[in-house]
Amino acid sequence: MAVLGPLSRISRLGCNLCRNHRLVLNRSSQKRGISSGIDPSYGLTDEQKEFQKVAFDFAANEMAPHMAEWDQKEIFPVETMRKAAQLGFGGIYVRPEVGGSGLSRLDTSIIFEALSTGCVSTTAYISIHNMCAWMIDTFGNDEQRKKFCPDLCSMEKFASYCLTEPGSGSDAASLLTSAQRKGDHYILNGSKAFISGGGDTDVYVVMCRTGSKGPKGISCLVVEKGTPGLSFGKKEKKVGWNSQPTRAVIFEDCAVPVTCRLGNEGQGFNIAMKGLNGGRINIASCSLGAAHASVLLARDHLLVRKQFGETLANNQFLQFKLAEMATKLVASRLLVREAATALQENRADAVSLCSMAKLFVTDECFNICNQALQMHGGYGYLKDYAVQQFVRDIRVHQILEGTNEVMRMIISRNLLTES
Amino acid sequence: MSGRVLVGVKRVIDYAVKIRVKPDNSAVVTDGVKHSMNPFCEIAVEEAVKLKEKKLVKEVVAVSCGPQQSQETIRTALAMGADRGIHVEVSGKDYESLGPLQVSKIMAALAKKEEAQFIILGKQAIDDDCNQTGQMTAALLDWPQGTFASEVSLEGDKVMVVREIDGGLETIRINTPAVLTADLRLNTPRYATLPNIMKAKKKKIANVKPADLGVDLTSRLEVLRVEEPPQRQAGMKVETVEDLVAKLRDAGKV
Repeated sequence: MAVLGPLSRISRLGCNLCRNHRLVLNRSSQKRGISSGIDPSYGLTDEQKEFQKVAFDFAANEMAPHMAEWDQKEIFPVETMRKAAQLGFGGIYVRPEVGGSGLSRLDTSIIFEALSTGCVSTTAYISIHNMCAWMIDTFGNDEQRKKFCPDLCSMEKFASYCLTEPGSGSDAASLLTSAQRKGDHYILNGSKAFISGGGDTDVYVVMCRTGSKGPKGISCLVVEKGTPGLSFGKKEKKVGWNSQPTRAVIFEDCAVPVTCRLGNEGQGFNIAMKGLNGGRINIASCSLGAAHASVLLARDHLLVRKQFGETLANNQFLQFKLAEMATKLVASRLLVREAATALQENRADAVSLCSMAKLFVTDECFNICNQALQMHGGYGYLKDYAVQQFVRDIRVHQILEGTNEVMRMIISRNLLTES
Repeated sequence: MSGRVLVGVKRVIDYAVKIRVKPDNSAVVTDGVKHSMNPFCEIAVEEAVKLKEKKLVKEVVAVSCGPQQSQETIRTALAMGADRGIHVEVSGKDYESLGPLQVSKIMAALAKKEEAQFIILGKQAIDDDCNQTGQMTAALLDWPQGTFASEVSLEGDKVMVVREIDGGLETIRINTPAVLTADLRLNTPRYATLPNIMKAKKKKIANVKPADLGVDLTSRLEVLRVEEPPQRQAGMKVETVEDLVAKLRDAGKV
């Protein structure tokens, strides 16, 4: 009998050690004021927190309830986007004198991250629209800014960015759409591929060739829908981004006034690339919002779903996986926000940081959303659950606005030519 | 008439947060928990701003009683269109025991000081569900009250208020100055716009102490214990109506 004493004590000790992985849901972390770190409002100014709050509220009330329907029925939610524009989301970093909100790149990133939790696809289109409005605001002359920007900022009119062609994606500078000067017009011939909003939008910012081969022969023209010679291909059927139509944009002897050229001849490629720096931060921010929403969904699921007699949250592998997801989420957020700050301040490292942010964040956030889907088990694969839409919607962020391979080209080039 | 509206806004735990009780059962956990403006206060602010847009009142003043963080709530009201704010500083033990009686004394004192024509409040706060502040304020000022308002219209120097009551809708006509409390269907609060959030930064928030208003904050109430609601017990199925009645009798319910 004496031997049972120490044995039972040892076995009880063993039980305690085994129980370490079990969640002790006492309120200790709340009492000590310790939080998880994934709250996206940490480190923001009071004003930024207000912007973020409006964006989160708008996303939760106006977008999230419709996100699945917009995806399934392929609806381009014009009215909802116009409501967003009334709040100032139509031209977030466009100057106020032409109707924009005049905020910083960091403010913009925070807003798109929050909006994305309501619908990635719609937010991503809003960010493309913003990029086009900014390009006209920054490189246009006063007449062009006054003509186009107010309507774009209010989303009375919608915009599309036209760079990619069937024969030139990553090799964007080899584009072939030609713009022949004839008197006071350019005659455009050629076609653009994969244009977000194409066919449903009103204002097309088109990169085309006015000069000889290479980037220096490219100019930027603003073409309005309804111009004779402008037509569109069929609406593409996509895996995600279904709340925005994607079509080819076709130019057949399309005459565009020279007064619609942004900047000088030969400046077009430069304008396109400058637009994309901000666009990359915006797309990364959209990925961030999706990942944030997915981590919350995964956490909720783990706390509720039971298997083998306990909640999934007591499973060490899942605890560790969730920890990794949260860590990568926070790392991604910090990188995007730093890149946004660098771009705002026109720092020398801005282009590299924007590329790094786009590369890292779109990859990591896709993995986070994918893991969140896995944690949902079979339910994760059903369209009744939002997590699959986040996965499908942000998959394309690793491809457009410069593939993640092109991001590596930019980063390595800047590294190797630095010395 | 001054054309000035005082709107009370309360900082409460956000409606979407899961409430937890402190281990010592003294109160609910508020540290590090997300807070926002009481939803009925948002409706009150919206109504006041609408009156100003219709040019029926001249100035909307947002008032909040609480610690430093209450200023965030006032800023939200400013971003929705209020013209200026008044922060009545109450913190520590005084804040823990702050209730409708104290707030109504403060609101009454401010109404006299600001020569307000209207006080618009939310019908109740979602943390304590008291539904008392509006009524007490009206009593202290000897003003008429239009509570649970689902529709408000000004007719000269009178106000027509449609009230949501148990029996349906009641319409009353009251004199001004008056206290109104907002019910859910009065309006849909607007989102703050980005330009308004930036403009709100420039609007003034005055700091006031309860003592300056001659208000005594001592509470007549003492919270003895806070507990979570009892865990929901499993129900049971019965075969016949007689069974059901018998079981209800046994449980003393009938």
